[in-house]
Amino acid sequence: MAQEEQSSRSIYTDLDDGGSDEEIDKWQRTFRLWRETLREHWGMLTDELSVKLSMLTVAGFMLIAIFAPFIATHQPLQRQYQGEAGIIIEDWAEPSLLGADTEYLLGTTAEGFDIFSQLIYGTRAALLVGLVAAIFTAGIGTLVGLVAGYYGGKVDDALMRIVDFLYGMPLLPTVIVLVAVLGPDLWNIILALIVLQWRSTARVIRSQSLSLRERPFVKAAEVAGAGDWHIISRHLAPNVLPMTFLYGSFGIAWAILAEAGISFIGLGDPNTVSWGTMLQASRAYSALSFGAWWWFVPPGICIGLLVISGFLIGRGYEEITNPKLQ
Amino acid sequence: MSGKEALLEVDGLKKHFKVNQGWIASLMESFGSGEPDYVHAVDGVSFELREGETLGLAGESGCGKTTTGMSLVKLHEPTAGDIIYDDQRLSEATDAEIKKFRQNAQMIFQDPFESLNPRMTVYDTVAEPLRIHDIPNETARVQRALEFAELLPAEHYFDQYPHELSGGQRQRVAIARALVLDPDFIVADEPVSMLDVSLRAGVLSLLDRMTDEFGLSVVYISHDLSLLRHMCDRLAIMYMGKIVEKGPTDQIIENPQHPYTQALINAVPVPDPGVGRDRVELQGEVGDVIDIPTGCRFKNRCSEYIGDVCDQVVPPLEQKTEFEQDVACHLYESAAGYDPYEEMSGSPSAAETGDGAESTPADD
Ligand SMILES: Nc1ncnc2c1ncn2[C@@H]1O[C@H](COP(=O)(O)OP(=O)(O)OP(=O)(O)O)[C@@H](O)[C@H]1O
Ligand code: SF4
Ligand SMILES: [Mg+2]
Repeated sequence: MAQEEQSSRSIYTDLDDGGSDEEIDKWQRTFRLWRETLREHWGMLTDELSVKLSMLTVAGFMLIAIFAPFIATHQPLQRQYQGEAGIIIEDWAEPSLLGADTEYLLGTTAEGFDIFSQLIYGTRAALLVGLVAAIFTAGIGTLVGLVAGYYGGKVDDALMRIVDFLYGMPLLPTVIVLVAVLGPDLWNIILALIVLQWRSTARVIRSQSLSLRERPFVKAAEVAGAGDWHIISRHLAPNVLPMTFLYGSFGIAWAILAEAGISFIGLGDPNTVSWGTMLQASRAYSALSFGAWWWFVPPGICIGLLVISGFLIGRGYEEITNPKLQ
Repeated sequence: MSGKEALLEVDGLKKHFKVNQGWIASLMESFGSGEPDYVHAVDGVSFELREGETLGLAGESGCGKTTTGMSLVKLHEPTAGDIIYDDQRLSEATDAEIKKFRQNAQMIFQDPFESLNPRMTVYDTVAEPLRIHDIPNETARVQRALEFAELLPAEHYFDQYPHELSGGQRQRVAIARALVLDPDFIVADEPVSMLDVSLRAGVLSLLDRMTDEFGLSVVYISHDLSLLRHMCDRLAIMYMGKIVEKGPTDQIIENPQHPYTQALINAVPVPDPGVGRDRVELQGEVGDVIDIPTGCRFKNRCSEYIGDVCDQVVPPLEQKTEFEQDVACHLYESAAGYDPYEEMSGSPSAAETGDGAESTPADD
């Protein structure tokens, strides 16, 4: 500040007369640094073969989800033919893949739906549930964890009591209640998953923030006069972000698995095709005892592939979260 | 005194930490049985920091040096006492005055591996204080600060991350960050103790230049008396949260008066490979900082112990008749005529006059 500059010595005195025009372009610089960091992480992540394959798998499913209308051969929820008894078709079409003389790649369900098209459209539901639930659980959990860990004391106590309370809530009964109250809609299932899932992210991020805020670099920022928000956003958040991504990628896998489970026991959205609802229908019509394995095996494989890919990517990212940078 | 004005005055500063007892004890506490325990990390210290001087804080591990230093830059809210900066009591300061204080008080930390954000570049780390205080000419100032810290060429370091730097370079970045705001004083908490011995001299000469070229006041914390002797104008020796001796460096090093200071100076530093620094070892154990003993805190280890007065009366830090420095010990006669024997509860004179029970309690 100018008022006491005359009395004390300073190596900056000449800088205060007349501005210099060689300021670094902040945005350009920030952008460049981010790009470098991302490239470095990407390099580390794709170093491993299993991670690379998992990413290809996920990318493949994403393409399928985006172009579902072009790939699917039929409408997934359109009956291909009616049986004599009205709705139920006793003899379903066998898959043309296995040489049967039908127009259905994987045959039809007992209800007369094209299994292949259901599988393709089911990718949409799986990725929607996985991504939305994961983004929200990681986001809410990180925010709550940062606030609780940084402020500590009563704020921490209050937020952690909520987390403890949520830990006491079991998955299925909670979903049953929520779906009963709000209706069996895919978005309500996503909501239930978010409500139940942010707790574990919050806990981990909180304990990280608790220890980060005692680190000398945070103290140094405090000494320089940094406010709460400045410290949370510049010093805590960038250091917990890898953990957020890690929990996010595990969250995708968990949400897909949970949605499949919920749909399988019959709480799914009847107006949306998902791999879980396909499994549920195959069970309801005893596909197993009729030997119609092409009804339930494909969705099972898809769930497995996507979930395992999610976990493998998460595992790969875990190695980045404890780098030499710490 | 030396004719220099006091920049900062510390007045009876205390900082106590609640002991983390675990949930059983805190449950019992909430049911009313038992008081919480406190660590008396800093327990009533007073001193002044003069303009342009370097003041050394010395003492064994755990005596409260870091806590004192952190309180000076307002990283701790004092339990009691106050800090007066620029004729302003910080406890009564407005937000604007605190902001001005923050601009003028900086700290350099012990561990250079912990004091830089691993996800921030050198440029952003040094520029951060300027951004917080909205100071113009960011790039030029950052460059000047890095050049002063002998990180040359400065542009070369702009985009480096801490993990790409050596310990010495990191500490230089931390020094540049502390200097970029052009502060009035800096607390340097063992700034070279974690560095490789070969790097220490360089950083020390940098700290020396810092006081010369910026006219900075520095509080230099260390337990290495030979280093403090080289760096400091005045010294304050701490023991269990209190200053036991305070005065000009030469006086204290060459002519120590408090038995604790004498023991410290006579002790041979033993190399401690685990910590990477030398540790001073004295006979006996440091006393309990939770249940503070009565009387003199050094009494259990003191070779000069002179009986009940040491056991019962807290020796105040005061001017003595025989020498220049201030000492907190009953061996020497108070210049102000203070008589500790008057405060002894069981003293014969007090018992005879019958007002022993009303005497001032020894513990402050
Ligand atoms: N945040 C805290 N919470 C609880 N106790 C603390 C805290 N900070 C310090 N203490 C305690 O206060 C006492 C003084 O600690 P301090 O760090 O000030 O000592 P020091 O003189 O700097 O020691 P060293 O030479 O080891 O750095 C110690 O007993 C320490 O355990
Ligand atoms: S007051 Fe007594 S016990 Fe304390 S240092 Fe002096 S002589 Fe030793
Ligand atoms: Mg210390």
